[in-house]
Amino acid sequence: MSGTNGKIKIGFYICHCGTNIAGTVDVQKVVDYAATLPNVVVSKHYKYMCSDPGQEMIQKDIKDNDLNRVVVAACSPFLHERTFRNATSQAGLNQFYFQMVNTREQNAWVHLDPEASTDKAMDLVRSAINRVAFHKPLEKKTVPIKPDVLVVGGGIAGIHASLTLANAGKKVFLVERDPTIGGHMAMFDKTFPTLDCAACILTPKMSAVKNHPNITMWTYSEVVSVDGYVGNFQVKVKRKPRYIIDDMCVGCLDCIEACVYKEPRFYNEFDQGLSKRKPVYMPFPQATPQLVVIDPETCIWFKTGKCKQTCVESCERKAVDLNQEATFKEIEVGTIIVATGFQSFDARKVYYYGYGTYPNVYTALEVERLINASGPTSGEVVLRDGSRPKSIAIVHCVGSRDKNTNLWCSRVCCLYSLKLAHLLKEHTHADIYNFYIDIRTPGKMMDEFYTRMAEEGVKFIRGRVADIYPDSTDEEHRRLVVKAEDTLIREIIKVPVDMVVLSTGLVPRDDAQDVRRMLNISCSTEGFFIERHPKLAPVNTFTDGIFLAGCCQGPKDIPDTVAQAGAAAAEALALIDLGYIELEPNTAFIVEEECSGCKSCVPLCPYTAISYDEEKKKASINEALCKGCGTCVASCPSGSIKQNMFEDEEIYSEIDGILNYQMEEALCC
Amino acid sequence: MPDKPKLAFYWCAACGGCEESVVDLAEDILFVVDNVDIIFWPVGLDFKRKDVEKYADGEIVVSLINGAIRSSEQQEMVKLLRRKSKVVIAYGACAQYGGIPGLANEFEKEEILKWVYEDSPSTHNEENVRPQLNYKVNGSEVYLPELWNVVRPLDKVIDVDYYIPGCPPSSKLLKEAVLVLLSGKLPPKGTVLAPDVALCDECSRKDTKPTDLAFKEFLRPNLSIIDPEKCILSQGFICMGPATRSGCGALCVEGNMPCTGCYGATSRVKDQGAKILSSIASNIEGKSEKEIDSTLNGIPDPVGTFYRYSLAGSILRKKVSI
Repeated sequence: MSGTNGKIKIGFYICHCGTNIAGTVDVQKVVDYAATLPNVVVSKHYKYMCSDPGQEMIQKDIKDNDLNRVVVAACSPFLHERTFRNATSQAGLNQFYFQMVNTREQNAWVHLDPEASTDKAMDLVRSAINRVAFHKPLEKKTVPIKPDVLVVGGGIAGIHASLTLANAGKKVFLVERDPTIGGHMAMFDKTFPTLDCAACILTPKMSAVKNHPNITMWTYSEVVSVDGYVGNFQVKVKRKPRYIIDDMCVGCLDCIEACVYKEPRFYNEFDQGLSKRKPVYMPFPQATPQLVVIDPETCIWFKTGKCKQTCVESCERKAVDLNQEATFKEIEVGTIIVATGFQSFDARKVYYYGYGTYPNVYTALEVERLINASGPTSGEVVLRDGSRPKSIAIVHCVGSRDKNTNLWCSRVCCLYSLKLAHLLKEHTHADIYNFYIDIRTPGKMMDEFYTRMAEEGVKFIRGRVADIYPDSTDEEHRRLVVKAEDTLIREIIKVPVDMVVLSTGLVPRDDAQDVRRMLNISCSTEGFFIERHPKLAPVNTFTDGIFLAGCCQGPKDIPDTVAQAGAAAAEALALIDLGYIELEPNTAFIVEEECSGCKSCVPLCPYTAISYDEEKKKASINEALCKGCGTCVASCPSGSIKQNMFEDEEIYSEIDGILNYQMEEALCC
Repeated sequence: MPDKPKLAFYWCAACGGCEESVVDLAEDILFVVDNVDIIFWPVGLDFKRKDVEKYADGEIVVSLINGAIRSSEQQEMVKLLRRKSKVVIAYGACAQYGGIPGLANEFEKEEILKWVYEDSPSTHNEENVRPQLNYKVNGSEVYLPELWNVVRPLDKVIDVDYYIPGCPPSSKLLKEAVLVLLSGKLPPKGTVLAPDVALCDECSRKDTKPTDLAFKEFLRPNLSIIDPEKCILSQGFICMGPATRSGCGALCVEGNMPCTGCYGATSRVKDQGAKILSSIASNIEGKSEKEIDSTLNGIPDPVGTFYRYSLAGSILRKKVSI
């Protein structure tokens, strides 16, 4: 390995990145400038440094010119640091003799003035060239990956990812917050564009999850903390009390029958409140697991402490346990798939559509339940007063594509609106009016589906609905008027209808920010979790080992969700089957003869990697436990802890390079 | 005695303690005098500036200069001594970092002059007379040195070869330094002639320091009693020991007082105050802003506590009015 002795010889390269960099930064000027800097023996520019010819150029220069340091100014290190490190090491040089300068994302892309941008590029380059001279040869360490996977969320995304992994022989922990898995898809009747039955697709997968020997399914449970890092996460899961002993309950439902409430009278979440349930209930007949749950918010025993406890008596298997308490499970996994899904936009926020005021205004999800054969009306589409609608308006883009609510297109609403139009027509033979801004039906078989609906006689009116109000000519005050501008005929039209369906958009979960913080991943401004790169790493997050699937990453339909879940599972498998991960050698170490043994660092280490050696009376760092956070380095009062890749001279020389001026004695005299 | 190496002592903005430390050599001063020729020492011997001027450049072997630099006179004198000396040693905390006089950098020059000549309760100066730089009297002109805007350590004014830290340096360090210089085996330029390990290393109470300080409150030695057996920092008194060079033998701690940091930082630390602040703040037990604030309220004067000797030479350097 060259470069440890003798003269420092730096090769400098700046990438055009097509015109991404060269369009703003004068690369020739930067090259000429870099050539004048100390220790630089090669200074070149090239159209695409990351390409094979670009990498080969570096390798040839290393050999021909006996280079022992390499600096490349190109894109973000996130994208190609690994590429150039590999190129460096393949030429026989330690890969940590390489330093990358980000002159695309942090320069060319964010500046308009070519001259200032070029100056900035030179500052950044000078800084890296200063720094790289102090680099030391380091070796990456590897740690084994724990093969188990945590899947958070038991909707179709979490289900598909879990099954894929379990079928590949990996142990999966599937944690679901609700009493059953299935998510939103379990509420649907049919799916677009094939109109096949949602339950027929989903329920076999749900029972496959439950019965799979490799899947530990924890419903009615929440992940409460995640520590560690890729390959070695420590996860704590809270299992909320169901007040039912899992192993004893066979789902006979006798306890529901026996409940002191003779009639169901509480809001049924699964039916969007269109039906009632008892305090002891099963969310829906195909719920998985087939276990009842007691809701302490409505159960009279929990509310008043007084109840005959007929449910307890009724259970022959003694499965009801009103004294049950939350339990906590601690697991260790190597990778995590986040599939926490979405929630429907709250239609009350668009107050002028009258949801919550006019009983005949429904959300799309409510209509999904109305249409569903196992729904509150057994598939009979009737209004709240029991009458059958003869005309129905479907209002698109409620909480989507609207600067008053959310800017994004929720992607699925046009298609589910078409599906609901078809199903409502099939169930009621009513006239159906779709009020849309644009019909967006991309994807396989999707536009064909739209054409089919048009042919079926569904009416399409191009215009955002401005107002919905009761029809004053209707003596029974049930009919509603939908007012909109038909932008194709440029006229304000008012359509009287019996029923309005609001096609609500998909929004992030209310607690997405909490989940983000717990997992140390990122959210976009909208609140959906951000993928690492939309094209290069679409299911990865910025935290290694944590992957995204489904609508928590952004609105998408079931086929895309399942595809993404498969991709997330594949990414997890790739890590697991590699068996180990390479860690940056950015660990801290104590220079023993310099340590005074003041112990200040010992309690600060978040990974308990520092201990105090009573015999030597010095602190020492266990490198295997050190994650390179730098806390001890910054806090050591005598400067006796150093960190690889971040030694003082590296950082100070970098700062000197950026600032490039000598401190004037400006304050004196 | 033309063969003996010539040695000069000089003082700038200082209290006189460094001079005391020379006297503290006691009988060892005889050894010094046997081996060197003290050719300039305003405190101890009657030499004048012209006596220094007459030497050839570099003829003085060593000048030991204590005190910070704040006036035109100090600047002139140290530049003269620099020219005449082979080796210049910044002697003591003030020369090395600015020391106690460096705390004046917390104030603007005008604030200081106004307080001293006008506002302080003991001042009676109805016409608000201020000293003038020159004054004509009886046909001749007298001069006063000019006060600069800022206090500076010696090495911000002249090139310094070595440093002997302390307020004042221990006589042991001085004796060792003289021995090193006489031996001719000079250490690399810029070396601080003291151990490069923090004070805890030689502190007799080291073993009583717990691994988790978890500060709940900070105490001050003028208001609370210090347990003479236990680590002083662990009792909640700010002790600068962990961020301060050893070499004094933990004298203050032996006297049951916390280290105030006069030996300065180790060679690896750029800013002693920032370092100890970082360490102590990290070890506060409270995690909420309110708890942290209430703990930190026990340190009413952070600059005077953490930068007592090092302000002028620190990254903070001085108050800047914007």
